[in-house]
Amino acid sequence: MSTEGVDRGRRRFLTTVTAGAGAVGVGFVAAPFVISMQPSARAQAAGAPVEADISKLEPGQMVTYEWRGKPVWIVRRSERNLDDLPSMDEKLRDPASEQPQQPEYAQNPQRSIKPEYLVLIGICTHLGCAPSYRPEIAPADLGSDWRGGFFCPCHGSKFDLAGRVYSGVPAPLNLEVPPHKYLSDTRILVGEDKGAA
Amino acid sequence: MSVMNSVMGWVDDRFPASKMWKEHLSEYYAPKNFNFWYFFGSLALLVLVLQIVTGIFLTMSYKPDAAFAFSSVEYIMRDVNWGWLIRYMHSTGASAFFIVVYLHMFRGLIYGSYKQPRELLWIFGMLIYLALMAEAFFGYLLPWGQMSYWGAQVIVSLFGAIPVVGDELSLWIRGDFVISDVTLNRFFAFHVIAVPFVLVALVVAHVLALHEVGSNNPDGVEIKKNKDENGIPKDGIPFHPYYTVKDIVGVVVFLMFFSIVVFFVPEMGGYFLEHANFEPADPLKTPLHIAPVWYFTPFYAILRAIPDKFLGVVTMGAAVVILFFLPWLDRNPVKSIRYRGWQYKVMLTLFVIAFVVLGYLGMEAPSPVKTFIAQVATAIYFAFFLLMPIYTKMEKNKPVPERVTQ
Repeated sequence: MSTEGVDRGRRRFLTTVTAGAGAVGVGFVAAPFVISMQPSARAQAAGAPVEADISKLEPGQMVTYEWRGKPVWIVRRSERNLDDLPSMDEKLRDPASEQPQQPEYAQNPQRSIKPEYLVLIGICTHLGCAPSYRPEIAPADLGSDWRGGFFCPCHGSKFDLAGRVYSGVPAPLNLEVPPHKYLSDTRILVGEDKGAA
Repeated sequence: MSVMNSVMGWVDDRFPASKMWKEHLSEYYAPKNFNFWYFFGSLALLVLVLQIVTGIFLTMSYKPDAAFAFSSVEYIMRDVNWGWLIRYMHSTGASAFFIVVYLHMFRGLIYGSYKQPRELLWIFGMLIYLALMAEAFFGYLLPWGQMSYWGAQVIVSLFGAIPVVGDELSLWIRGDFVISDVTLNRFFAFHVIAVPFVLVALVVAHVLALHEVGSNNPDGVEIKKNKDENGIPKDGIPFHPYYTVKDIVGVVVFLMFFSIVVFFVPEMGGYFLEHANFEPADPLKTPLHIAPVWYFTPFYAILRAIPDKFLGVVTMGAAVVILFFLPWLDRNPVKSIRYRGWQYKVMLTLFVIAFVVLGYLGMEAPSPVKTFIAQVATAIYFAFFLLMPIYTKMEKNKPVPERVTQ
């Protein structure tokens, strides 16, 4: 085939433009496939808020609810527990809850709306294990300065009774406080906080 | 015979059947001095075929649905004729694949098979290793046992450690707020279609690259440098029949060990099939001790050795990625360990010890002492690679022979 009289610049330009247009097309076609892997409408609906009844909760007790397939803990802390919280500060990585692990209304020393009731997602911030609730004071396996909290058996992360992480453990962040609001004195809605005080 | 010949002639005019047979088998000249270590390439191919065949038959009875997955595996084990055999071959095959591949990679390390001109061959091999890890990870969720579930939970949440996009990314991978039926379904798609396709394509590329440059050998001598008047390497012998027959011996021995595991110890004391996986997945109950299957534990131990989550993930990723750079980190032109100085031998020994120690620690629950040991082993692991440009230059090599020995 003769290439005499061919405008090479024009040919290169057309090749580039055609390839570019093709690439854009591929990009557009790829988008629906990539987006199809996002949570479906059904999965989104299954993530709807959950109502929790706290009327029967005694000080020191914990109940677990399920929200979006995750365990949500509601702990009623005793006076002593609340008094112990400030003394933990020096052992903690983020005592003032500066990391965004809670809604604004829970960014306080108790990490809760009402000081007594702590609402937490019961999944370790290290690798997603479920820590166990250890409210005892100074048990043999956790040492004499343990003032109650949560202990993750997977990799040994420790959290205090406000879900704040100890320093020097694998978990990097405090336990997450989910969005929640009080529907009444005895009912909490987990998963939604619109219109909450 | 002449009918046969004319049929082959008809085919060859239309498809390069005889040409390919010659190029890759009957006239592919491999060095005559292959030893024990050279069994593992063809064994890896054998295991790949075993996994594909057993996998196809498993999909005939398995259900990728969170409500039925666990019980469909039990159905395969109890009710499907010979189902237990097919499943145990598949589960044992997964571990066998990694054993064979780790030995194959070790062969590369001792005889310098990654060095010029085989860099791309090594990279294809590493990509196969990556695809294999993905394949094993996706496949491990399918039985939908406790360890399947929580193992996937841990690994997917690793992506959450990536700044800014991390949470969105792990949500996209799961397709749900937690590991769920949606995740199981897509992991099934990846495990039975997507990754196997990639794996097979990479294996083809790996073999083509090998046959382009020619095989290395225990002496690390290029046999193509010494050819006879017909252009055939003097130290080469046709792959078929010499090495096909030799490899059959390897296959028989391999299948003996494989059968012992399949028939007598399919769980391998919890190493090949973890005990916690005999319990159906429960999203609200974490097993007390989560450990990956043995072939991932060295990297898991590296992850845990680093106290910071994001840096831990980065370090674990780097532990795999750094292997890709091996051809350029090793500055010693001599390939085989037989003619290299003491530095590489010492470092390689330390590296292997560190790898095995990490593998052990990754299965154990963490304790301060074990974490410290894991940190030391991690340092050795990386020192092997990062100091390589220095110590491989200091090596005092022995004279490399012109021709292969033995």
